[in-house]
Amino acid sequence: MSTAAAPRGAAPRGAAALRTDDPAVRPEPTGTVKKLGGLAGWVDDRTGVAKGAGHMLKKVFPDHWSFMLGEIAMYSMIICLLTGVFLTFWFVPSMGEVPYDGSYIPLQGVQMSEAYKTTLDISFDIRGGLLIRQIHHWAALMFVVAVMVHMFRVFFTGAFRKPREINWVIGTVLSLLSIVEGFAGYSLPDDLLSGTGIRAAEGFMQSIPIVGSYVAYFLFGGPFPGEAIIPRFYTAHVLIIPAILIGLFTAHLLLVMVHKHTQYPGPGRTNSNVVGFPLMPVYMAKAGGFFFIVFGAIALVSALFTINPIWAYGPYDPSPVTAGSQPDWYMLFADGGLRLLPGWLEIPIFKWTLSLNVAIGALLLIPVMYTLIGIYPFLEAWVTGDKREHHLLDRPRNAPVRTALGAAFIAEYFVLAMAGVNDILAIKFHLAINSITRALQLLFFVLPVIVFWVTKRLCLSLQRADRNLVLHGRETGNIYRSADGEFTEIHEPLDPYRRWTLVQHEVGTPLALGSTKDANGVESPLSKKARRRARWSQFYFRDSVAPVTPAELAAAHHHGEHDALPSAESATHVGPSEH
Amino acid sequence: MNALAARRRHPAAITVLLLLGLILTGAAYSLLAPKQAQAALASEDQVAAGKSLFLANCASCHGLNAQGTLSGPSLIGVGAASVDFQVSTGRMPAAGTGVQVARGVAKFDEEATAAMAAYVASLGQGPAIPEEAVTSGQGADLARGGEIFRVNCAMCHNFAGAGGALTWGKYAPALKDVTGRQIYEAMVTGPANMPKFTDTNISPEDKNNVIGFLKAIETQPQQGGYHLGNLGPSSEGLFAWVFALGLLIGAAVWLGSKAA
Repeated sequence: MSTAAAPRGAAPRGAAALRTDDPAVRPEPTGTVKKLGGLAGWVDDRTGVAKGAGHMLKKVFPDHWSFMLGEIAMYSMIICLLTGVFLTFWFVPSMGEVPYDGSYIPLQGVQMSEAYKTTLDISFDIRGGLLIRQIHHWAALMFVVAVMVHMFRVFFTGAFRKPREINWVIGTVLSLLSIVEGFAGYSLPDDLLSGTGIRAAEGFMQSIPIVGSYVAYFLFGGPFPGEAIIPRFYTAHVLIIPAILIGLFTAHLLLVMVHKHTQYPGPGRTNSNVVGFPLMPVYMAKAGGFFFIVFGAIALVSALFTINPIWAYGPYDPSPVTAGSQPDWYMLFADGGLRLLPGWLEIPIFKWTLSLNVAIGALLLIPVMYTLIGIYPFLEAWVTGDKREHHLLDRPRNAPVRTALGAAFIAEYFVLAMAGVNDILAIKFHLAINSITRALQLLFFVLPVIVFWVTKRLCLSLQRADRNLVLHGRETGNIYRSADGEFTEIHEPLDPYRRWTLVQHEVGTPLALGSTKDANGVESPLSKKARRRARWSQFYFRDSVAPVTPAELAAAHHHGEHDALPSAESATHVGPSEH
Repeated sequence: MNALAARRRHPAAITVLLLLGLILTGAAYSLLAPKQAQAALASEDQVAAGKSLFLANCASCHGLNAQGTLSGPSLIGVGAASVDFQVSTGRMPAAGTGVQVARGVAKFDEEATAAMAAYVASLGQGPAIPEEAVTSGQGADLARGGEIFRVNCAMCHNFAGAGGALTWGKYAPALKDVTGRQIYEAMVTGPANMPKFTDTNISPEDKNNVIGFLKAIETQPQQGGYHLGNLGPSSEGLFAWVFALGLLIGAAVWLGSKAA
């Protein structure tokens, strides 16, 4: 360090001058570092982990806030695991009836299941229990929220394209599992609200044609409610689903490592590099710190806001139901689907009943939705015919149809979720629940179409705005008046770095539909399929706006000259006008 | 004594004796007979005052003799409790017609309300204004009150009495800031869409238990922090999406903009 501080002007002379290019001698490690190095060496000698770990620690990640949405999901899941372990110490997953004798006075003496009683005990008689319970539940809600928002990011930036399709499918399965895990956990306390949810779930099973009642009997170990369902949900909630979740999550992360992280387009960022910082030490610090931020934020929310006040709901009893019975938010869309289905779909066939009014919403909606999500990357690749790898993300506006499809999906999901809270909307906005339901039934078909169209138009407009910006520069708001009295606004051209981001993307062209007949005038057997594909390709690429080409840019600058002021610094080209 | 004996054959004696007997019987009856309604005890003056208030404020819809019109139901036989409930919660006199008259500020003081109640009660038998002993919620069995509430009331009024929606814009109102007397009166008179809970359905003691339970959950501390309106998971989901996610994204943006 001291040699580096030598003044530049004073060059060393003599023999010392020959050594100026030598690498600096590293100082001997101090005591602690030496000990740590020794320990690392000891571990490496026995496991050979250093090479892999070193490789991992040098992995470079790009910096962007939207890349941290998945991290929020990961940390919420870890918080759930930690707090969940605490809860298992006291929770007894049993439906055996006991009288309550804990400290919550309005329930003292009430007969209730052990599951409900122990949850009350965790809330009122275990030190810190209520806070941990609330952290567990808020973190669970945030887990599903973050998973969904992370999926939005991946979808709208096209991060699911080759080679990441498998990871998208894994993510889809994780998302589905997260809501199943959430539902199982929400059901465990056996309170009035969650019991109503289990009752509804039993109804869903019963709506399976022919085998429905047998399936319900099998899962509940007899008629509803029985004594088996809470212990079974418990096994699913603390054992089976978390095991699959963690396994898939590990695979999800490993694939991110294998594929390397995607990055937003920008100067110097190509499809074959990653611009960012290494995991160690930058992201170790950032990600590690972010874990504590997420934990802190969730703990703060949990300390200030009640979630799932089971003591207020009361113990489950099949006879009462409370007004405003809703599942946790991630199940609202499924509940909403049921609320929107008209009653005439219940069809009696001789002495049997085909409950399509339930089955469509309860049994078809979730599989259809998740299948569509899961196969989207393959559908898009088939339509675009794009088989290349993509490591640079799309700006959502540059893929108008994909963005519009995503927005339409969100709109549909939103309609269903709103239908799930139709009674709350009715009472809070002083509306008639019947009218809300009718309106949502209509919106289910209409809103996605409107949203698709509006979003696509917005994307195209934004692309055109980008073109304008590149061609004519930023409007500075400085008005110049010439000697002739003509007013001109000065446009400031973009700097090349900003411009690059706006022009780097490519625009696909629709597949051309060639002749459907071969040389001998015979109709090709493939033509029908090819024609269908060409139609989809038309749908996907039609109306696309091409980015500004260098030639266009040059022409624009040339054209812009006569507006530009000879003396203005902002003009890119100063010279006599040729017009 | 002699004077009384001397006059025992007086022609007026029999009339005096009969009169005396009638007065005694009447007095004994008025002391011992079961009291049907407060109206029975209401003074003529109160009923008259109630009638004039009724004619000025209620008769346009309920009819000059409270017999009901196309715009308002008959009040004969609804009882004092019904009038007390409707007027003291500010529902009556109604400002206009609609699917359901909303709660509001009471437009009459207690004396005027009592007078109108006495007048309506004088028109026909109906539930009387309940006594303090069964409306205060004092000494209530909270656990039993809670169970009765969950079985009979929560399906419309929500588990915490936060209210709930009914069909076509009708609703079960929130049960906050209402007196025990009003809760009791609502149970016995069944206003709007609410069913009536007579003494044989739910005994007066159990009504008091329900009132005690409602008062207890209204006044107890919010154990888990702010309750977000007691609307169940919907408000929690909205909170998670708007505030919790907003907080976390804010943190992510902050951290993302931090130089490495």
